[in-house]
Amino acid sequence: MKKIRITCIVCPIGCKIVANKKDDKIEIVGGNKCKRGEKYAIDEILHPKRMVTTSVFVKNGEYPLVSVRTSQPVPKEKVMEIVKEMKKISLEAPVKCGDVIVKNVAGTDADIIATRTVNSIPNSV
Amino acid sequence: MNEIYVDLAVIGGGPAGLASAISAKESGVEKVVVIDRNSWLGGILPQCIHDGFGVEEVGKSLTGPEYAEMYIKKAEEKGIKFMKETMVLSFNKKLQILAVNKKGLYTINSKSIVLATGCREKTRWHALIPGTRPSGIYTAGVAQSFINLYNIMPGKKVVILGSGDVGLIMARRFTLEGAEVAGVVEILPYASGLPRNVVQCLEDYEIPLFLNHTITLIEGKERIEAVTISKVDENMNVIEGSEKRIECDTLLLSLGLIPENEIAKTARIEIDDLTGGAVVNQDFETSIPNTFAVGNCLQVYDTVDVLSIDAKTAGKYAGEKLVYGGKEKFNCIKVVPGNGIRYVVPQKIDRTGKVIISLRVRKPGENLTLVIKAKNKEIFNKKMPWVNPANMVRMEFNVSEEIFSYESIEVELK
Repeated sequence: MKKIRITCIVCPIGCKIVANKKDDKIEIVGGNKCKRGEKYAIDEILHPKRMVTTSVFVKNGEYPLVSVRTSQPVPKEKVMEIVKEMKKISLEAPVKCGDVIVKNVAGTDADIIATRTVNSIPNSV
Repeated sequence: MNEIYVDLAVIGGGPAGLASAISAKESGVEKVVVIDRNSWLGGILPQCIHDGFGVEEVGKSLTGPEYAEMYIKKAEEKGIKFMKETMVLSFNKKLQILAVNKKGLYTINSKSIVLATGCREKTRWHALIPGTRPSGIYTAGVAQSFINLYNIMPGKKVVILGSGDVGLIMARRFTLEGAEVAGVVEILPYASGLPRNVVQCLEDYEIPLFLNHTITLIEGKERIEAVTISKVDENMNVIEGSEKRIECDTLLLSLGLIPENEIAKTARIEIDDLTGGAVVNQDFETSIPNTFAVGNCLQVYDTVDVLSIDAKTAGKYAGEKLVYGGKEKFNCIKVVPGNGIRYVVPQKIDRTGKVIISLRVRKPGENLTLVIKAKNKEIFNKKMPWVNPANMVRMEFNVSEEIFSYESIEVELK
């Protein structure tokens, strides 16, 4: 049995959760202030996941970039791959907050979603 | 000069300004205007593209732009008016605001004012870092706006001084954008940012965190070429012989934030030297009647969630006071920070009922008790399993009439 300490990141409190790991079984010893922490600690030990937030190029927009995120947390080891894939994309303005930019990114089942609106700039030749 | 008449003017269209404007409108105020110098609303949020906003408040982890959009939409629906690209120059005790934009000068005559002017980042000159003055030294928030809004990459090899949240977030951002982050340097024995940012921004990418270290030299003529970091002892004195030179082309400073109150000072609002923000009562009213202070210009918050919650309280009260005169007032008593406490907000109380006291402790600790005392008599206590200066402490306290027989109450940590 292995004792694992996890800093919970679900909310800004950052509870220090203590868990015991035996093979693929996790037993929470304590430290979490809420149920969400328990779930987080188990997931973090077995299948760590992260939200990915980055930005994508936009042509003819009021800003050169639009901020994006994954629709759900993705496996931690996929983060860099997703960020690199986003670098290759270039969108045409306008982009609306909530627009799906990429479906099923890097085979993770998560979509890439725009998190802000970038309006197009009126024709300025 | 253009003359405008409004019921309530909010100075600053960031999250605090928007939240208080919406609450004021909801409590029945007719003409609410939000004034902001930028061409956009939401303040700093549009450049905070990471998620984690709204968890405490709405139970969802939103990115900064999404959180801003939520409030902007609501403000628009409520019929709040915006004056964007408008700079407030000053205001006075008659609640007349002097502002300027492309169309000229304005006098905005208001019955109530909410100050929501935000904060600024500390610079190299606050930390007095020795060395040359090359280019390549940025505050973390400026670098964040360059990368996230304007697609400008400030450098390729980065050292970050200060482990505040913006610095931690930028360590990850630079890494994701292909730069190398050589390390985060923190003078204290613990990180000053939130634990989740230490985990997700540093540990995930194996970025070294140099605790008990500071930068003792900046090198470079045109562009920064290297920094020297040194270990400090428990009194924060540099330990000779511990120097380590790190080559870099960029230095980010994440040294903390200072409430921005240049506009408040034009009306001679009373400022608390401990917070750098206005002295307020439990409803966020300043030393000028019907003038309120909310958000990071009042005190620097850990999260936008708690900031918005307080800004709503202030906006609601400002609105109710305009519409039906507000609550019954008592003589004003002071709230004083005692042993182990760096500051408290509010600094004064003048009504009964529930109030929320925000405070920061001086140093981390475990199994302590927060005590409110009136003339050495304990009137309230709250057990604290752990405290940390990086985490603002909030406690709800029920003010009874007997408290007003004292001149002040003191909050201390035992």
